[in-house]
Formats: sequence, structure tokens, C-alpha cells
Amino acid sequence: MKKFFNPVLLAAALLLGSCNNKPAENTAPAAESPAGGGQEAVQDDVSQKDVVKVAVGSPDHSTLVAALKQAELVTALSNAGPFTVFAPTNAAFDKLPAGTVDGLMKEDKKTDLQNILQYHVTTSALDTKFLTDGMSLGMVNGDNVTISVKDGKILLNGSASIVASVRASNGWVHVIDGVLLPPAKK
Amino acid sequence: MKHSFFKLLPAVALLVMGLTGLPGCKPKGTQSAISGDAAAKTYVAPGKYDEFYDFVSGGFSGQMSVYGLPSGRLFRVIPVFSVDPEKGYGYSEETKAMLNTSNGFVPWDDLHHIALSETDGIQDGRWVFGNANNTPRIARIDLKTFKTAEIIEIPNSAGNHSSPFITENSEYVVAGTRFSVPIGDKQDVPINTYKDNFKGTVSFIGVDKTSGNMSIAFQILLPGVNFDLARAGKGKSHGWFFFSCYNSEKANTLLEVNASRKDKDFILCVNWKKAEEYVKAGKGQKKTVSYVHNTYDEKKHLATSTLEKEVLVLDPKELKDMVYLMPCPKSPHGCDTDPSGEYIVGSGKLAAVIPVFSFTKIQAAIAAKNYDGDYDGIPVLKYDAVLHGEVQKPGLGPLHTEFDANGNAYTSFFVSSEIVKWNVKDLKVLDRVPTYYSIGHLSVPGGPTRKPWGKYVIAYNKITKDRYLPTGPELAQSAQLYDISGDKMKLILDFPTIGEPHYAEAIPAELIMKNSQKIYKLEDNQNPYATLGDNKARVERKGNEVHVYMTAIRSHFTPDNIEGVKLGETVYFHVTNMEQDWDVPHGFAIKGANNAELLVMPGETQTLAWKPEKAGVFPMYCTDFCSALHQEMQGYIRISPAGANVPLSFSTGTNLPSTSAVPAAEKPAGK
Repeated sequence: MKKFFNPVLLAAALLLGSCNNKPAENTAPAAESPAGGGQEAVQDDVSQKDVVKVAVGSPDHSTLVAALKQAELVTALSNAGPFTVFAPTNAAFDKLPAGTVDGLMKEDKKTDLQNILQYHVTTSALDTKFLTDGMSLGMVNGDNVTISVKDGKILLNGSASIVASVRASNGWVHVIDGVLLPPAKK
Repeated sequence: MKHSFFKLLPAVALLVMGLTGLPGCKPKGTQSAISGDAAAKTYVAPGKYDEFYDFVSGGFSGQMSVYGLPSGRLFRVIPVFSVDPEKGYGYSEETKAMLNTSNGFVPWDDLHHIALSETDGIQDGRWVFGNANNTPRIARIDLKTFKTAEIIEIPNSAGNHSSPFITENSEYVVAGTRFSVPIGDKQDVPINTYKDNFKGTVSFIGVDKTSGNMSIAFQILLPGVNFDLARAGKGKSHGWFFFSCYNSEKANTLLEVNASRKDKDFILCVNWKKAEEYVKAGKGQKKTVSYVHNTYDEKKHLATSTLEKEVLVLDPKELKDMVYLMPCPKSPHGCDTDPSGEYIVGSGKLAAVIPVFSFTKIQAAIAAKNYDGDYDGIPVLKYDAVLHGEVQKPGLGPLHTEFDANGNAYTSFFVSSEIVKWNVKDLKVLDRVPTYYSIGHLSVPGGPTRKPWGKYVIAYNKITKDRYLPTGPELAQSAQLYDISGDKMKLILDFPTIGEPHYAEAIPAELIMKNSQKIYKLEDNQNPYATLGDNKARVERKGNEVHVYMTAIRSHFTPDNIEGVKLGETVYFHVTNMEQDWDVPHGFAIKGANNAELLVMPGETQTLAWKPEKAGVFPMYCTDFCSALHQEMQGYIRISPAGANVPLSFSTGTNLPSTSAVPAAEKPAGK
């Protein structure tokens, strides 16, 4: 990075020097400037937490949070949404065959990890009251999740069930007790 | 390569100018007026913050705009005295009352001057005040929310130009009347009885230390002159206020000629501490008047108007040692006190000199009764006795003066279209730069306070002509930024402004940004029509009103299907934005409404009133792009004829069975 900037600065200094012998005074604003990155970097301790911050704040979701970071989904999920995130707990990840999570966290498996995580997100803020029996939800990765409701319990693909729901600023986080696996590619 | 090419540029430019015979004597265009490092000095990189907020009055737009300096980027237009359909200001039920006056609802005004609140003579970043020049009022804007929090009307005034200048601890903002008018019971008088029946006033409006709430403390009854501008004393002159006035001739027609006859008009010196003593002692007369005071409740998100009936008037004919007049050549406009409070600079629009008065000498002249007679019973101080000195031949048409922290003054000259820098003590001219074109006010950050931040002077120009790409007969007005960190002033930026950039005050960003509010907390929402939860959303009929208690959240309204409203009824949409997330407003608009949109901030409730004129189904939608499903954030309301018996119903997410009492084929067509 530095190597790239130096010639530019040099050229600028030369250019300025041609009209005025005083070195270019930096107008560097006195006020503190925002950090780079996406909306996840916005300094804001007042607003309600977004879906990512909700997950980060939950000790039961450290696996999910690490996976979101590895899959580079933090910036997207810090956006305006609206999102519904079905958030498997650490225990849910632990139910997967041994080594699955570690395997997915490898750099060359990023696409697979993204596919799985995007299968847990839909672009719509869905309160549980809008999740009805037989409903098919289009997920961000392009596949569908089927909702079933039995004895007041909401099940996804007949396996994982919603155990808690947290309202986030940009949607809902529904905590689930199983990991959803996208249908095998045809 | 680049280096040598650019080095050649000035030479090439000179050659071209020589060849094409461009006049070299008159500065014109960027090539001769702008210094080479201008771009670096004004460039604020993407994502970086400006160093100063610049609060610029909108003049005839009636609003106040907020720019960043040195970039000149526009951040916000704050609606103040004019309706703003973009924000629903003056259109929503909650904000309409902000524009109430004793003349009823007034949808426009002319905002001329800015005053930032001060503590110990230093800008404190709490509030900014603005004046309404046409229907006399003062507004206070809260700098936590950048919303107009309060507007107070000024009675016994007409044309509130000499306003809202502020004392060094924000004890008072003032309001000097530009027009003298008949005051009291008998106001229906022949205009040509001006000299007998017309009076001027200056009002002192107290500002509550904690809340900022304004109340008129007292008015001083004065001769029928025209008050123009004013500044508070500071430091040693704290406790005094200085008002320029013109038309000491008391002309009521063709002032262009008739108010310019005398060599000197006046600067009025008010000892407001003395006035406070009189008020405390119960002096003065309570006069019956009628003025309206509007306040905006930040928790109710609701403006309320109160009609006030009384004002305390102090008459200097009876209450001595309170006001004095200083002769000032000629039709004085600006009247500015330097950071030390010792020097008062008068700028006679038609004068060939700039007189600088000495506060110490004013006090000595008063003590010695060194008077040059009186004017309508007010002592006139001897010009020579109070004069520190005159800046000789400074330029043509001096208007306003601001100061840096190094003892220098910067005066704007309308006629000669320039800024002149001079030394306050020795009165020597140090530098002059042209402005493009015809400067009015100028502003140095902190320039009217005890602590100027310096660094820049900004020219607020009246004429733009060829400075920007042409846009037909009406052009954006123009501000110009000059670097004053060196001995010589250097033009570094032009930037266009809204309305007329009449006056401005700039303040270091850190004094404001740290307090800026991000959202309204839902738990603090006390709006009487708030809907604090989707499960509380409902539609209620009350006489011939239908109240829709609606919530908005990414990405739907609750309810979004409404039926059973009848022609002749007025529908009130009370929209509560359930978001608690910074910068996620929702908007609301409905087809055919003779009204504006609503913009509802996170946690806020705002109300749109709509009287349908036709039967049918009317769509409504969110107008502020809120989310990926913003376009889906929409709904319908069905309006039936007056006699229909469609029951009132509402829903979201449930397709209710048809309840239409009128078979589809027999439905009457819309009117």
C-alpha cells in the first residue's frame, strides 16, 4: 500500500511546489474520522444491535460468528436488511459429524461455507407469527427452506426448531437447534 | 515529466493571456485569483470529516443550511421558518403549530442571521438561533437533533432584521425592529404621520440556561428609526449591546434618497445590566400585545402554540442611564465588536471611512456627560469623544466586520466587491482580495466571539453571474472560502448555497458532533398517537375522523390493508417508526393527498391528515429507501361512498374475506 501511495504524494508535492514554495499544509481535519470497512465499523453504541451484533453478543453462537467472519458475510449482514437469520447454536454445530466445521473453515472451502451460511438467511424480517405451516422460504443462497408448525413448535426442513427469537435492528435472529444443510447440487 | 510540465503552466498561461489580449489589471476567473495549493487545502477525502460545521442562513428560503468547511459540502437543510414538504415540516399535524403566529399560519419567511450559543464568550455548540425578517420571530434550533425546537414571535416589531445576536453567556438574544411602526392602541394612522406616531423597539429575549427556552424579558421603546444590525459587548463591555440604525431622518417614503441626507446616523448603546435593574425594581410598563410562542416537545414529537398577551416595555425617556446614541457615518449597517470588547466597528454603507469606537472612551464620555445634545430625549455622545479612530479609504460600501485572534479585522465591501483586512489597533489596511461578486456578510469561524478560531474567512456573495455553469435566469448564490492563515488572504474555494446565504457562523466540528443524537428512544416516545408495538396498531373512528395507528418497520406497515373509510371523513395516519437504528427513517405518502409526505425518524411518531375526495382504493408507500424490500413496503386504503356500510377493518399479512356490501357491478364510479 505504502509503495503505491508514495509516488502519488510525491507528484502532488511537486505539483504544489511549482506554484508555491511552501510545502502543502495538510488540512487533515481535526475531527475524528470514521474507520474504513462496511457498516459493521460504524461507531454506534445507541442503536439497537443488528443481526451480526446480536450473534456476537451471544456466547452460544461463537461458532456461527467465526463462520460468518470466515465467509466474509459480516459486512452484508450489517447492512439495512431486512434479514431473518436462523442462527444455529454452538451445540447445533457440534451435532455435525466430527471435523465438519473445521473442514469448512479452511480457506479452500469458503464457497461451501458461504453456501451453508447463506442457506440460513432470508431477505425479509420475519416475526415468528409470519412463519406458517407449509410455507416455503427462499434463502439467500437460492435454495428453499420449508416451514412446518407442530404443537406450536416451528420446524425448519422438519429437523431444526426455533428455540428463541431476538429482534435485531435490521431483522430477526431465530435461534435454532440444528444446522440446515442445503440440498445437494443437481 | 509531470513536474516540468506543471512548472511551465503559469508561463503558458501568461503567454496565452498576452497573446489573446486578456486584461491583466482586473482579477477575473480562476487563473489569476486562486493559489496553487487550493485543492489540497479544501480537499476532504471520502469518509473523512470536515473541520468545521458552517451554519448558513437561507435568506429568502426561510431555512438554515449546514455545510462542512473547508470542503463546502452541504450536509443538511434545517426547516425553520418555511414549510418543507420533503420533511413534512409544516405539513404534518405535529409540526404545523411551529409556523403559527398572531397572523395565523405563516408558511414562509426570510431567515437572515445566525447566532450560535456561547458560554464565557466562546461558542458552546448547544443551540443556533435564526431570525425571521418578515413576520418578526426568532427560532432556536437544537444542535443535538438539528431540529427547530422553538419559535417566538416579537410584538411591537416589524421586520426583525437586527436579530438574533447573542450575549456572551447566551443570557439574551435580541430583536431590533427594521421598520418603525405605530405602537399601542392606535395603529390605524396616516403613514405621513410617521414622525409623530411611529416608534422603534429593541427586544431582549431571555434564554433559559438549561433548556434554552426563550421568553421576552423586556422591550426598549425608541425613536422611529430603522434598526439594522447589532452585536453584544464582550469581556470588558459585557453588559452592553450595540445596535446600528439608519433613517434618523425618519423618512417614510423613498428612503433611497430621504434616509441618506444626514452625514451621520447612530449606533445605539444599550446598558442592558441597567435595564435589568429597572426590571428588577418593577419599573417599566406592561403593555397588552398579542404574540405566539411555539415549542416543539422532543418526547411528544409535537409542537404547541401559546398565545402571549403581555410585554414589559421600558421607556428611556423615564428610565435614565440605559441608552445612548453614538453618531456614525453614514447609514451604518454592520456594528461589530472585536474579541476584546474594547472596539466597536461601525460600517456606514455610504461612508468613506470605517469608524472604530472605543468602549473605554464611551464610558468616559458618559461619565463626563460629554453629549452633543439629544435625539428624542436620548443623549447623543460626542463623535470625537468616543472615537478610537477611522480606517481611511478602506474601500467602497463597507458592510460587516469579523475578527481573527491576532488583532485583525476583515471587512466586507459590497460596492467594491472585496474583503479588506486591517489592524484594529493601528487601523492600517494590510491586505485586500476581490470577491465574486458583491459580497454581503462575511464570516470567520468564531469571528463574532471572544475566541475566534480563525483559519478562514468566508464571503457570502449576492451576485453569482458567470461563476458556475449557467442555469437560466436564476442562479445559485455563492460562498467563497479564503485561507487567512498567512499574511495574505487566499481564495481557495467557491461553493453554491441554498436561498440567499445571508450570514453564517462556523464552529469546530468536535463541539457539536459528539452530542449529535442518533435515534429517538421508543421508550421515551410520549406522542399521544404513538403506536408502541405492532400488536397495538389499529384503526378507530371518532366522529367523522378515522385514526390509523400505524407502525413502520423494515419492511412493512401495520396495518397495510384498511377498509371502511367513507367519503367526508378525514383520515389521520399516525405513523410510528419502530426502528431503533441510526439513519433508518421511514417515509409515508398516499396517492392524491393534498399534503406532503411524512419523514419519520427512528422512534418518532408523525401524523399525516388526508381528506379523500373520491371513492376507490388508494395506495400508500414508504418514501425513504429503507431496505432491500423498500419497494415492497406498501399498502392500500379503501374509501367508500358516504352511505356505504363497509365495516371498518384493517390487517397486515392476512387476506381478510371480502366484506363488500356493494356488489362489484353496482359500485358507483368515483366522482
